[in-house]
Amino acid sequence: MSENVFEYAPAPESASIVDIRPAYGLFINGEWVEGQDGRSYKSVNPATEEVLAEITEAGPADVDRAVAAARNAFDNVWGPMPGRERAKYLFRIARLIQERSRELAVLESIDNGKPIRESRDVDLPLVAAHFFYYAGWADKLAHAGFGPDPRPLGVAGQVIPWNFPLLMLAWKIAPALACGNTVVLKPAETTSLTALAFADICRQAELPPGVVNIVTGAGETGRALVGHPGIDKVAFTGSTEVGKQIARMVAGTRKRLTLELGGKAANVIFDDAPLDQAVEGVVNGIFFNQGHVCCAGSRLLVQESVAEELLARLKTRMATLRVGDPLDKNTDIGAVNSAEQLDKIRTLSQIGEAEGATRWSPPCELPSRGFWFAPTVFTGVAQSHRIAREEIFGPVLSVLTFRTPAEAVEKANNTPYGLSAGVWTEKGSRILWMAERLRAGVVWANTFNKFDPAAPFGGYKESGFGREGGRHGLEAYLDV
Amino acid sequence: MSEPTRLAVRKTYKLFIGGAFPRSESGRSYVVNDAKGNFWANASQASRKDARDAVSAARKAFGGWSGRTPYNRGQILYRIAEMLEGRRGQFVEELRAAGAGRNAATAEVDAAIDRWVWYAGWADKIGAVTGSANPVAGPFFNFSTPEPMGVVAVVAPDSPLLGLVSVVAPVIVSGNTCVVVASEPAPLTAITLAEVLATSDLPGGVVNVLTGRRAELAPWLAAHMDVNALDLAGAPADLVPSLEEAAAGNLKRVLRPGAGDWTADPGTRRMTAFLETKTVWHPVGV
Repeated sequence: MSENVFEYAPAPESASIVDIRPAYGLFINGEWVEGQDGRSYKSVNPATEEVLAEITEAGPADVDRAVAAARNAFDNVWGPMPGRERAKYLFRIARLIQERSRELAVLESIDNGKPIRESRDVDLPLVAAHFFYYAGWADKLAHAGFGPDPRPLGVAGQVIPWNFPLLMLAWKIAPALACGNTVVLKPAETTSLTALAFADICRQAELPPGVVNIVTGAGETGRALVGHPGIDKVAFTGSTEVGKQIARMVAGTRKRLTLELGGKAANVIFDDAPLDQAVEGVVNGIFFNQGHVCCAGSRLLVQESVAEELLARLKTRMATLRVGDPLDKNTDIGAVNSAEQLDKIRTLSQIGEAEGATRWSPPCELPSRGFWFAPTVFTGVAQSHRIAREEIFGPVLSVLTFRTPAEAVEKANNTPYGLSAGVWTEKGSRILWMAERLRAGVVWANTFNKFDPAAPFGGYKESGFGREGGRHGLEAYLDV
Repeated sequence: MSEPTRLAVRKTYKLFIGGAFPRSESGRSYVVNDAKGNFWANASQASRKDARDAVSAARKAFGGWSGRTPYNRGQILYRIAEMLEGRRGQFVEELRAAGAGRNAATAEVDAAIDRWVWYAGWADKIGAVTGSANPVAGPFFNFSTPEPMGVVAVVAPDSPLLGLVSVVAPVIVSGNTCVVVASEPAPLTAITLAEVLATSDLPGGVVNVLTGRRAELAPWLAAHMDVNALDLAGAPADLVPSLEEAAAGNLKRVLRPGAGDWTADPGTRRMTAFLETKTVWHPVGV
């Protein structure tokens, strides 16, 4: 038995609520269909490396079929439908998500590796909230500030990442449908299961066939969708590198584009900040969802006079983080989503050491199977280090220091990204001064990683185009 | 013996970069004829280096210009309209030389002045119209405000005054700075407009005007890593795909060419195209 008498007993959530089929087809025109060229791939549980299901890889012919179904639904059913009726479908979907939230949370944790504590308490409530929020817009578009009669764009091709599979689906599908568009959505190849479960919810809601189509597959499928001449709008969330490729593909076409891309957020802590609260914010900023968050606070900028004390408290706090079984309700940090991503985190961390930064992790036993990475902090980081410049997308924090507010702004903005930032200080005037100068789409002051469907989210500079959420999020799906 | 006729003093049309009027560093120029086909002037033919200098000037001016109060920016835009009004005759003559009839030229100048006035009034209102207080669930104060993107490269349309004003004013009113590639066949009004800007309290570098070959200059601006957005209003159709592609290098925001009716109500679209939205969260508690 452990020497620590306060050790938690395991508190696993039961997986029995979830019924994963051995194989999945594509969801096109309201039906499950087979892929035309018969290709498939295996989806694995990142915490155990067990194969969960066989997923169909959609080829260009399948994408064709899905776009045609979406076009037909747009022209004949969804586009002409009054907003108040579209609203009711979206409200139905939101309710079905609430009813099935436990099942969906467990499935998300199994498929993605994220702790059940987060999928249950963060992802699923937000997923339902997004459908509720945009449901209410469907019959109020004339009041959204885009003119008296804003029109939908048509068929939207949407490609989403693996870090928040169901939440990103909600961010894409809810506003698109509210505005009267139909969609073809491609989930990430490692996390397709909740999107496929969502297809079932569309059927339960009796959503007209073709309004939502789901094509599974990897990069090739995504390219076929983005490049398809039959779509009017491309929405992508993912890496900046792929975002640039997509922007090039869309160049010179009539397609509209929104991109939510990478980030390298600075979390700035001033000497008057409440330090324990700030430590919680730092932990939430970088270790939430294993650091698989585009707006993660991956660069800690701490004022020199409190750096030592803050780091001591941060390390004490990090030592209490529990890494392990995503389905255990006590788990803080789950599994890294894939072997490939684990490799990337390891490589960049090794480069951090090689470039001269000091690496520290709490004593932390990792499971022998699955993809795991201990929470890690680097000190002595220079702005030129790759770990301070590149998005690691893992539980790895780089610590830099500053002396004056101007230096903090300078360092925080010294990146091609501009998605988010954090500020910790008791002084209100300084918060507003910092918020004004930080070149980022979201600034969290004395908090971090908060999301809400009513608040616009999105980046400056190379973090992407457009906003998701709020009234601003409608613009991406309206012809304005 | 009759008096000798007076020889006109002709104007040298140079570039407008950082508030100064340099010649192209390349030493090149190209011939601009009037509507009757007679020689009118040699316009400077800007080079890649001139374009880069203009971007540097625009970047340098961005902090100061975006940091001014919207009220102050509105005052300066209105001052531009005042200066433009004072030179109505000069612009009417230039437009007539380019081929417009007197009435049409006068109407275009009046419309251009009125457009500056219209945009001047937007400076302290666009934030209120596009910003919001967001009713999030939970104890947070949450609000969104628009902010300028930075340096905008503008390929101006061939409408030499009204079109030019209609693309420059919405870019700068919110605090952006810009590099404008003037109409290639009708570049001279742009430099005369630059004289107006230079005498209107507009800080040097906020607007930089290049004359020359669009096909030569636009690709450098579209690919420039310190340009944040691209307005393709006057880009030749065959250049648009490659310019958009080059803009992807640092994910510039691109405004595609539109209908091009510069007399129509402009709406807010040209302003919002060059704004980012910043959302700030703060906990509420005691």
